[in-house]
Amino acid sequence: MNNLITKNIIRFIFLVLFQVFILNNIQLFGHLNPYLYILFILLLPLETPRWLLLVLAFILGFSIDYLSNTIGLNIAASVFIAFLRPVIIRLISQKTELGSGVYIGIRDMGLKWFFLYTAILVLSHHLILFYLEIFRFTDFFVTLNRATLSFLFTMILIFISQYLFHSSKK
Amino acid sequence: MRYFFAFLKKYNVFFLFVILETIAFILMANSQNYHGSIIIKSTSQFSGSLNLAYTNMADYFGLKKINESLMHENANLKNSPIYIAISDSVNTKEPYNYIGARVVLNSTHKPSNYLMLNKGIKDDIKIDMGVVSENGIVGTVIEVSENYCLVMSVLNENSKISAKIKKNNQLVNIVWNKIDYMRGVLTDIPTHLQLLYGDSIITSGYSLVYPEGILIGTIESYNNVPGKSLNTAIIKFASDFNSLIFVYIISSLQKEEQLKLIEGIENE
Repeated sequence: MNNLITKNIIRFIFLVLFQVFILNNIQLFGHLNPYLYILFILLLPLETPRWLLLVLAFILGFSIDYLSNTIGLNIAASVFIAFLRPVIIRLISQKTELGSGVYIGIRDMGLKWFFLYTAILVLSHHLILFYLEIFRFTDFFVTLNRATLSFLFTMILIFISQYLFHSSKK
Repeated sequence: MRYFFAFLKKYNVFFLFVILETIAFILMANSQNYHGSIIIKSTSQFSGSLNLAYTNMADYFGLKKINESLMHENANLKNSPIYIAISDSVNTKEPYNYIGARVVLNSTHKPSNYLMLNKGIKDDIKIDMGVVSENGIVGTVIEVSENYCLVMSVLNENSKISAKIKKNNQLVNIVWNKIDYMRGVLTDIPTHLQLLYGDSIITSGYSLVYPEGILIGTIESYNNVPGKSLNTAIIKFASDFNSLIFVYIISSLQKEEQLKLIEGIENE
């Protein structure tokens, strides 16, 4: 249990620093920006109570906002997907898959489940983030384009990280 | 009352969600008003020093590029009339003072972009001072803390710069198209003017923020729409906003005097 908490704290710190200092400086084709930091919310243990999910998402969003001078934006988007997460998990999984001791990841849940789960949550996060950032609907398709391309970019990073960090363990 | 508490208990997660989202939206609404961004002011002390530590590290890998840009600028300075004037007569009173600063934080891909520089109140930086790079203008100081200042970049939907066309001194305004960090939009061009590819756009000097004659960019495309009283054109910025390292903050020595005059008119 303690091990699990330490692991999540390390993951939190690593993802925040990686996001702010490396990914925020990457702007492919001018304005594409991946947001890998929400992987922290996606990978929290299945047993995490819903209120804790929300509070952790708030802290995560706040840390990102604080370090990149975008007050409130990332909080709104990450709290929203933390709220959505249990709903999505209930929707896409059979009862037998959710036993105790199961971790969220390709290894335990299978590629198809994990892909569906991350795709829905990452896409909702990106759409909210990009539309809140621009705060109007006049450039609707430009923003949609940005959100979708950044979404693909984030998904690729999530899958790379899955194979890098989680495949070698038994 | 009992039912009320039962109701709260049943939907407590939802309420927590609503409360947290409300906080986020309040924070966002407050920061939209960029002059009143108290949060940015109070947080920039810590996040500024963290970002500075990072840039110091990143600097190490960019030394070659920094060297080149400094060398380039040195060469330009030696050729410029200002340099010759200063070396000719020490008594020449330059109405503008340039303060060198290092970019600590920069963005170019958002609808509202800001830069953070490592100069603040202790270096006599004040709100509304202009910021330029060695190639052209960069933005305006909008917030100052003890050691840092926040600059609204030209790449910002709230930015509007008074400029003029170099060849005929016609006044125009420059805004940003919110998409491309290399290009801006020139608005309010009288229809009788014909612009050509490569025409220079410089600062007008009327805004009291920038001195006159600093390069902003060059014309890239100009479309004459019949039936409109004012045309627009696309310009390519002279500064490369994505690779800013050193910039200069301009403090105008006679600004207070000029402002006093304007105030005098408005009060009458």
